[in-house]
Amino acid sequence: MPKAFTPKVITANALVEGDVVYLAADDSWVRALRDAEVFTDEAVAQVRLLDAQSRPAEVVGVYLADVAPSPDGPQPVHFREAFRARGPSNHAHGKQETA
Amino acid sequence: MYSYTDFDAAFVATRNRQFRHQVERRISGALTEDEFKPLRLMNGLYLQLHAYMLRVAIPYGTLRSAQMDQLALLAEKWDKGYGHFTTRQNIQYNWPELRDVPDMLDALAEVGMHAIQTSGNTIRNVTADHFAGAAEGEVADPRPVAELLRQWSTDHPEFQFLPRKFKIAVTGCDADRAVIKAHDIGIQVVRQDGRIGYRVLVGGGLGRTPMIGKEIAPFVALPNLLPYVEAVVSVWNLLGRRDNKYKARIKITVHEHGIDEIRALVDRRFQETRAAFGGDALDIFDDIAAQFLPPAFRNAPTDAFDAACDADPTFRAWADTNLSAHRAPGYAIAQISLKAHGETPGDASAEQMRVMADLARTYGHDELRITHEQNVVLPHVHKSDLPAIHKILKAHGLATANIGRISDIIACPGMDYCALATARSIPIAQEIATRFDELKIENDIGELKIKISGCINACGHHHVGHIGILGLDRAGVENYQITLGGDATETAALGERTGPGFPAEGVVPAIERIVETYMAERTGPEESFLQAYRRLGMDPFKTALYGEDAGKKTRAA
Repeated sequence: MPKAFTPKVITANALVEGDVVYLAADDSWVRALRDAEVFTDEAVAQVRLLDAQSRPAEVVGVYLADVAPSPDGPQPVHFREAFRARGPSNHAHGKQETA
Repeated sequence: MYSYTDFDAAFVATRNRQFRHQVERRISGALTEDEFKPLRLMNGLYLQLHAYMLRVAIPYGTLRSAQMDQLALLAEKWDKGYGHFTTRQNIQYNWPELRDVPDMLDALAEVGMHAIQTSGNTIRNVTADHFAGAAEGEVADPRPVAELLRQWSTDHPEFQFLPRKFKIAVTGCDADRAVIKAHDIGIQVVRQDGRIGYRVLVGGGLGRTPMIGKEIAPFVALPNLLPYVEAVVSVWNLLGRRDNKYKARIKITVHEHGIDEIRALVDRRFQETRAAFGGDALDIFDDIAAQFLPPAFRNAPTDAFDAACDADPTFRAWADTNLSAHRAPGYAIAQISLKAHGETPGDASAEQMRVMADLARTYGHDELRITHEQNVVLPHVHKSDLPAIHKILKAHGLATANIGRISDIIACPGMDYCALATARSIPIAQEIATRFDELKIENDIGELKIKISGCINACGHHHVGHIGILGLDRAGVENYQITLGGDATETAALGERTGPGFPAEGVVPAIERIVETYMAERTGPEESFLQAYRRLGMDPFKTALYGEDAGKKTRAA
């Protein structure tokens, strides 16, 4: 049996601010992981990724990141994505400032 | 201190104008990221995990007060009120927005600073002994040569697309505080038959394949230095492994070809470069050297210092750890620790930067240094002024008495900021410092240097830490390897791995067991951790970390 597809979100850094952004279902870039569109179908994820990568005047470094769906929205699977979603651990800066 | 010539100022202004236009074209969409990235890297601008990061060059770690004040202004105006001093004597701003960076660079140019060649595959900011011009036993101040190399390497047309980055460090002393053996080129100012010259090492480096630099020339006379260094870089520029990023640094080239073959190639190329150079560099050198003359030291009694040592134990403890011998009678070199227990190594707030700038202006001949160990130095202070200096430092959280102690930890930004990191470094440093402060045994332990990197690239110099810590990603969990016995000085050595790594919560207990073993096994307080490790070897530490069987296995092997 093929390996089950791990749900994904599309993420990048905003071109001007540099902060972490996620692609929402309405094609806008959102700042919070909970507002990101979650892909459970690999084919859909790949097409959406191509679309997102064709917006270089808005974002830098677009890629798919694994998430675990939860009642509070998608949760990061890897600790790197957890830091990107929250901010650094030594200062309360980044997304956690306004969370 | 070097002041920009009209040529320098015009060069930086032109570069800043170019970069401003490049940023505008990137934001408008006229440049793609692939086109823009090499341009921003040439100007010190990275894109990290949460934001852009601007890395500002502090050539050979030397700053005037007005420059430190300007760094504070940048921190307040365009960042989050602080800056991070790095292991390459630079400062990094972690939160600028792309459109603000050209204004930041213009503000830096006002005080003769820039971010040129702090990134990219070029010759990077030249580093030097942070005690330059103040240390006892110095053959000559290494900074005029470092400045000469900076001018030569800046925008050098042959060296803008090297196989990989290239780092040069210079020291003027036998006692190496600039880690010259772990640089692509390490230069030591030496005297031979009454003449000043330069011993050149090549092929040192840390990262995934750590190497100790090898001597390529025992003595290069001043007129030959630039053509000789140019010959080294140009031989590597042709031979370097552009096919494989991980094998592209000169340390691999030297390792693969052998130092003798490299020396022969360099000597041949040197015949050409020497002919091409002529004598211009010498005139420039004299002009530069004239700007690094020592300040006018004063003759004054040091009674106030002695009295403060007797009366104030806090001051005395600080003086014992944070002061070093100065060549001028009555003077001291004072280190300001940016390692307050539990804080981020190397971070300073804008307010703290201004306090340090004021201290340098009032008491320190307008000079500050940044160390590769992420601290700040007042290189020339009269001892009678130290009680007043200490009082001001204390009022601003800058009087931590821990230079060279277990809490004076080098830590790279790690995964809290860096896009390349595989694990965090800063929280590990914070936890170790906090724990040993609670135990109140730092002074009993004595000199012990912990260095932490959050990935194999080794910005935190873990290979040359007495205790080195390397953060890795093991199946999606942070895991930390420990090495022992590294040494960053003239007796440079690479640390040896203790064995399997530790989870994040296991690092502090592991360090405690290592330290307990050292304390139990040392011949006395006069035997440092490194000396004890060299005498004892890995066994007792392995046993302490992994049990009796592990220690035995090492002995049997």
